[in-house]
Amino acid sequence: MIVAQRKSIPELLTIVEKHRNVLVLGCGTCVTVCLAGGQREVSIIASALRMAAKLNDVALTVEELTVERQCDNVFLEQAAEAARQADAVLSLGCGAGVQALAERFVDKPVYAALDTAFIGILEERGVWTEKCAACGSCVLHLYGGICPVTRCAKHMMNGPCSGSREDRCEVNPSLPCAWQLIYKRLKDIGQLDRLKEIKPPKNWRPSLSGGCRTIIREDHRV
Amino acid sequence: MKSDVFQPKIVAFCCHYCAYASADLAGTMRIQYPPNVLIIRTPCTGRLETEYFMKAFENGADGVLVAGCLEGGCHFLEGNLCAKNRVNYTRDMLDEIGIEKERLRMVNISAAMARPLADTITDMVETVRKLGPSPIKSGGKLKQECRS
Repeated sequence: MIVAQRKSIPELLTIVEKHRNVLVLGCGTCVTVCLAGGQREVSIIASALRMAAKLNDVALTVEELTVERQCDNVFLEQAAEAARQADAVLSLGCGAGVQALAERFVDKPVYAALDTAFIGILEERGVWTEKCAACGSCVLHLYGGICPVTRCAKHMMNGPCSGSREDRCEVNPSLPCAWQLIYKRLKDIGQLDRLKEIKPPKNWRPSLSGGCRTIIREDHRV
Repeated sequence: MKSDVFQPKIVAFCCHYCAYASADLAGTMRIQYPPNVLIIRTPCTGRLETEYFMKAFENGADGVLVAGCLEGGCHFLEGNLCAKNRVNYTRDMLDEIGIEKERLRMVNISAAMARPLADTITDMVETVRKLGPSPIKSGGKLKQECRS
């Protein structure tokens, strides 16, 4: 899922202070699961904004709404009336959700209340870690399901770098060495021989370069 | 006769298994504590979310007290530990907003601790009384400056 975290309340107040009537719009998908932009967070941030506005003598009305999914135009219809009545929309969706709103509500300022961080998983309660960099050319099958692009600080395709201490990364000792994990995993599943192959330089063309990427499925188009 | 002393409005979220029972015990033992608290019984402080505290302040509470079981003594094992972290998170958020974080406090009280509960409530009322009315009720900076 996409993992995000909220901006600070003073920053949010600065973002919306020019408006008098703001709709705080949550998303019921990824950002609900990562406790950043669901219905509960909408309620918390709306309360915080109302109080901060009052303390800073900013006349601000804050409305609350959460849709099932902000990154899908079908669900945005539910927010159309609320958005129409507001001067601006403060989205608690990920970057995709914010842009979907901006495209849908063309005459309405749309702002991001969250900093979208990464694609990751819930590691333990309250802890999310990045697992995928969306590089566009997945190599997980070569590395026992552990991504060197995302989890190795040096993005090494032929590791380890020899800088790790015990099983810790030398760049960030709070993280495990990805190559230690890859070695252990390949050993556990009996595929250590994969490490004997020298991998060629990764093709980065499918990753984020040359503008946004598009996938077209002709079989689903009419 | 109406007193000029500020009487803060404190919302106290009390766990059913400990603090609420200790408040009950305080009543049985005729222990006095300030009538400024509005006690709300919760099944466990772990049930309390950040939004509960925010709504309390937004709706005019001068202070919020969260009273859960002693650490290690939660009926649901770790509800009070969850509450502790949520209270700390909310205190930081109050700080961001510009509200004194001392207005929100968590304490750990067992069902037998009627006297400590009364003392805690008294201390909380005094703390909030010194801070004055919630800035949310008294308006923004301009109004406060005009009054001073």
